[in-house]
This record gives sequence, C-alpha cells and structure tokens, in this order.
Amino acid sequence: MNKDSLIKYILGIADNSLILGQRLGELTGHGPTLEVDIAMTNISLDLFGQVRSYFQYAAQLSEDDKTEDDFAFLRTEREYVNVLLVEQPNRDFGYTIARQFLFDHFHFLLLNEMQNSKDETLVAIAKKSLKEVSYHRRFSSDWVKRLGDGTEESKRKIQLAINDLWRFTEELFQKTEADLEAIKAGIGVETDKIKGKYLENVSAVLEEATLQKPKLEFFQEGGKKGIHSEHMGYLLSDMQYMQRTYPGMKW
Amino acid sequence: MSDKKKNWPLWEVFVRSKNGLEHRHFGSLHAADEEMALENARDVYTRRSEGVSIWVVESKHIKASNPDENGEMFEPAADKVYRHPTFYDLPDEVKHM
Repeated sequence: MNKDSLIKYILGIADNSLILGQRLGELTGHGPTLEVDIAMTNISLDLFGQVRSYFQYAAQLSEDDKTEDDFAFLRTEREYVNVLLVEQPNRDFGYTIARQFLFDHFHFLLLNEMQNSKDETLVAIAKKSLKEVSYHRRFSSDWVKRLGDGTEESKRKIQLAINDLWRFTEELFQKTEADLEAIKAGIGVETDKIKGKYLENVSAVLEEATLQKPKLEFFQEGGKKGIHSEHMGYLLSDMQYMQRTYPGMKW
Repeated sequence: MSDKKKNWPLWEVFVRSKNGLEHRHFGSLHAADEEMALENARDVYTRRSEGVSIWVVESKHIKASNPDENGEMFEPAADKVYRHPTFYDLPDEVKHM
C-alpha cells in the first residue's frame, strides 16, 4: 500500500490514544482519590508513550520533514481522525470510567489482532502496548463492576454513562478508505473480526456489574472522517496552546 | 466529616524490588478492599518499575509497639556493650559486614 494511506491508517489508531490520553491528563490533580488520580494519569502516560511510537513511525514514512510533534500539535481539527468516543468530556468519575471501559476493550482486541500484521513496526508497537492495555482494561472493568454493584447512586451514574456513551461504540469498528487498503495489504486489522468478541466481553462485565446493556438502533459517527463533536475544539485549543503560542518550543 | 465522606481503610504496602530480595515496606494507601489495594499499590508505588512483587495488608492488622513504652522495650538493649559483636578483628577480605 502507498505511504500516504499507511500514514492515515496509523493516525487512525494513534489519534484515539492521543485524545483519550489528553482527556485523562485533564484529571491530573482532580481524581476522586489520590490513588485513582495517579492510576488515571498512569494510563494517560501509557497512551502518550504509545502515541509517540506511532507518530515517530508516521514521521519516518512522510515525505516532508515532519516530526512527531507536527502530528500531535500542528494539525487542524478536521485532520484528527479519532473516534467520537474518546473526545467526550470528563463529566463525572462514572462517565470517565465508562468511556475508558468501552475504549479499553476495543483497544485490547485491536492490538491483539495487530500482532499478526505484515508491518513489523506495527507488530512491535502492538506487542509492547498490549501489556499496558491489558492493565487498562482490568482497571476500567473492575471499576465498572464496583460502581455498578456499589451504591444506588454509583449504579445510577455508571448506568447513565454507559447509556449515553453506547451510541459511540459502533464507530470503533467502522472502516475508512485507509483502513480498507490496510486490511487488503494484510497490514490493518479487520475490525469485523473483533466486533463479536467486543460485545461479548463488554456484555460479560456489564452483567457482572448488574448493569443493563443499552439497546440502541442509531449510532453516532464522524470522528474517523474528521467531523468531531463540539467538545473537540476546546480540547485541541488546550492541547495545542503551547506549540501555537511558541512555535517550535522545546522542553 | 460525615459518614458519607468516610475514607477507605488504610493499607500498608510491601514491595519486593528484585527477585531474591525481601519485601520492604514502601508506604501506605487507601483502598476499599484487597483487590483495589493491590491495584492502587501497583499504580502508586511501582509505576517506574520498582518492583516484581507486592504485598498489601490492612493497617489495622498490624500490632505496633507503643512509643510510651519505648523505655522498657528498647533501652535495656543499649547499655550492654558485650551484646554487640564488636570485639573481633575482621580480616580485610570479609566484606559487607
């Protein structure tokens, strides 16, 4: 497959981790307890670590002199191709956990499958990230169970969050042009193959958490095509502020 | 503080930094139960690869000596110089003593 499409495919994976990492980073110092605050920041840093590997690879593939920072900080909103799920704001702890939970289960299966890619760099990144993501999935699933099977209030809040975020789950499996090309080349993950397992795993946790799986017929999409929710612009202005104000700045 | 704001119980964390070494006390944290204590310990104390094994124990299970009794507990040991093996000449070859 050509390099431009491969870069697009890589960004499709990397942007999810970048934007979710940024969302979690917003919670630094605001976690409900010190321990959970640190745990969520750890996850954020894991995701940023993975993002760097993807962006470095994308920078290496690109014809011009792009660096990882160009991909992270200097694109416009329409050029980010993350799913809508990960850009949703931190409304409350239940909402943050539900968003994490719905993403982690997808992320784990995606990386697991990506280990069979024909692209060696992607295989290496998948192998390295998989241990981290296994832990993320354990963390968020445990919390879904705790909140669901906790007090009346925690159950109400986590159920509301799951209900609200469920409409973004279908987009996880959608395929862009670049995705289709990557799949055809044996590089990309065929998301149809992991969708069944995803629903099965998520349902099992919800059941254990005594929560209801939402029944929805309409799903929301757009992020993968660069059409984002109203929350995205605020997130980007926060994230890009430094690079936009002091172009080329370094630590 | 009202009951609703009650903190989770306190746990003591012990981490083995390398295989072959003993678990050492690293600190304490709050958690609702054993599982959460273990996960919190992992996140709070071993995120820079400080450990290969973690023990957690709820702090209330630790019986601690009373500082008011320090006199009878510890002072008798301090005044008997013959209790310390300080009267031997150690050969230079013996290290780590």
